Amino acid sequence: MASATSSDTFPQMGSFGDVHMHAERRLPDSPVNPVMETRDLNVYYGDFHAVHDVNLAYGRHEITAMIGPSGCGKSTVLRCLNRMNDLVAGAHVEGEVLYHGQDVYAKGVDPIAVRTQIGMVFQKPNPFPKSIYDNIAYGPRVTGMKVDNMDDLVEEALRGAALWDEVKDKLKQSAYGLSGGQQQRLCIARTIATKPDVILMDEPCSALDPIATARVEDLMLDLRNEYTIIVVTHNMQQAARVSDRTAFFTARPDETTGNRTGLLVEYDLTSTIFSNPNDKRTEDYISGRFG
Amino acid sequence: MSVATQTAAATVTATLSGRSRDRNVASLVFLGALWFSLFFGVMVLVALIIDTAITGSPRFDLNLLTQYESTIRKDETGFRAGILGSLWLMGVTALMAIPLGIAAAIYLEEFASKTSRFNRVVEINLQNLAAVPSIIYGMLAVAIMGLLGYNYKGIVLGGAMALALLILPVIVITTREALRAVPDEIRQGSYALGATVWQTTWRNTLPSAVPGIATGTILGLSRAIGEAAPLLILGLATVRFDPTGVESKVTALPMQIYNLSSAPQLDFQVAASAAIIVLLVMILGMNALAIFIRNKFQRSW
Repeated sequence: MASATSSDTFPQMGSFGDVHMHAERRLPDSPVNPVMETRDLNVYYGDFHAVHDVNLAYGRHEITAMIGPSGCGKSTVLRCLNRMNDLVAGAHVEGEVLYHGQDVYAKGVDPIAVRTQIGMVFQKPNPFPKSIYDNIAYGPRVTGMKVDNMDDLVEEALRGAALWDEVKDKLKQSAYGLSGGQQQRLCIARTIATKPDVILMDEPCSALDPIATARVEDLMLDLRNEYTIIVVTHNMQQAARVSDRTAFFTARPDETTGNRTGLLVEYDLTSTIFSNPNDKRTEDYISGRFG
Repeated sequence: MSVATQTAAATVTATLSGRSRDRNVASLVFLGALWFSLFFGVMVLVALIIDTAITGSPRFDLNLLTQYESTIRKDETGFRAGILGSLWLMGVTALMAIPLGIAAAIYLEEFASKTSRFNRVVEINLQNLAAVPSIIYGMLAVAIMGLLGYNYKGIVLGGAMALALLILPVIVITTREALRAVPDEIRQGSYALGATVWQTTWRNTLPSAVPGIATGTILGLSRAIGEAAPLLILGLATVRFDPTGVESKVTALPMQIYNLSSAPQLDFQVAASAAIIVLLVMILGMNALAIFIRNKFQRSW
């Protein structure tokens, strides 16, 4: 899919810097005081080496996009950041994942506590089979967050996800009655209700239509003021539209086994990645020559 | 007319006028055999039920439900003790089997490591347990009651224990299926908010699985209510009073039917036939409730 659309779009690649919604944002070349960092991150599923030596730093109040072809390990890296990979049988992580300098994989770190700080939004909207209100209140309730007034918190979270006006009259109705795009914004609202520091998004728009996608993207740009966002996307235009920095991953087949191991090719400001990439593989990918 | 339309028209005409390949001799013979099998299976059942109903028809009266067994007024003998006994047994069976069965299923489905050897052994055994003859569970209950120090084992506790053991594998298996039907995305979403496995199960997975669990549990209980073999082993005798607690002597409807249908007196045999219909109605009622719950509350994800 990427190759079809990108070959239409990328002949005017030079214009990408201009349409970039926050071209004026002055950002240092590399994140200063990154919120999260991976150092020599290697992930294995059983014997399968999924990700090789990923070193990345994610800047505060920035949107970092991770792009690359299927099987390049970008989702795996994302799921390491809040230890969701713990839930996969046989998954094994080497290297460090630092959150404010502390390794989330260190001994004695509770993955549950990690996830209260680093929330996640998934590819397919996955509201709970409960009312809209209970969906939002779920996180604060399970984490034992001190809440003075749950009604206010629910409203705040729904306003934060630009969903309040659409649902304020049906808070007690099932979340399953919402459209796909509304469900995904509900999932974002649910995540911000627990007041996390970082929000991970795993292809948050791949199940949505273009209008719903645009609304979620607008929301991401709003949320950037308060949260650090790390997004995996298959959609390069999306990365170009919303992200401050882009990491490009690719998959390298093992010569003997043929297993494809993901690795980081290039990480830079999004404007640089899309206008003047250093690596030939990045240029080939974003210009639609492979992937 | 082009060549293509011509060929298509020719094919259509040939197909519509020609003999259908579904109507050759071999197909018809096979179809007949299938019909006969179906007819045979259903007719035997229908004939049995009708015969029983006709035999029992003189006794479809209130005494059948409200009176105790009587050797003096045989034409007024009733199944009060059996019906109340069966209800007591069901209640205590449910109290024992449902929490245990659901807890075991939750452990296996939500907590246990899918790869551990121990859990695989448990799984295989569960499948086999569901196929164990019910009389074996009766013997097991006799042994347990003996260990607990009960000399007379034909009490509510003993019978319920045998029936609970009998339906435990059914409850575990159906509960696991209901839990497995809850999509993993729901669990992932919960974990990602910082919920523990327990919170996720208790607040999300389990409530979503309740309709499936209820259906399976009722079907398990409706199997237990018709069982006589394990109760026979426990020595449930004829009683002429209502059960008052878990330690009171009890009889069950299938037990009473078994005793009276083999009695020489015609009045007892008629009463037993009528009681069979009562038992069938109870079982059909429970199954209907299970189907109602499934259709009303089942969720498509």
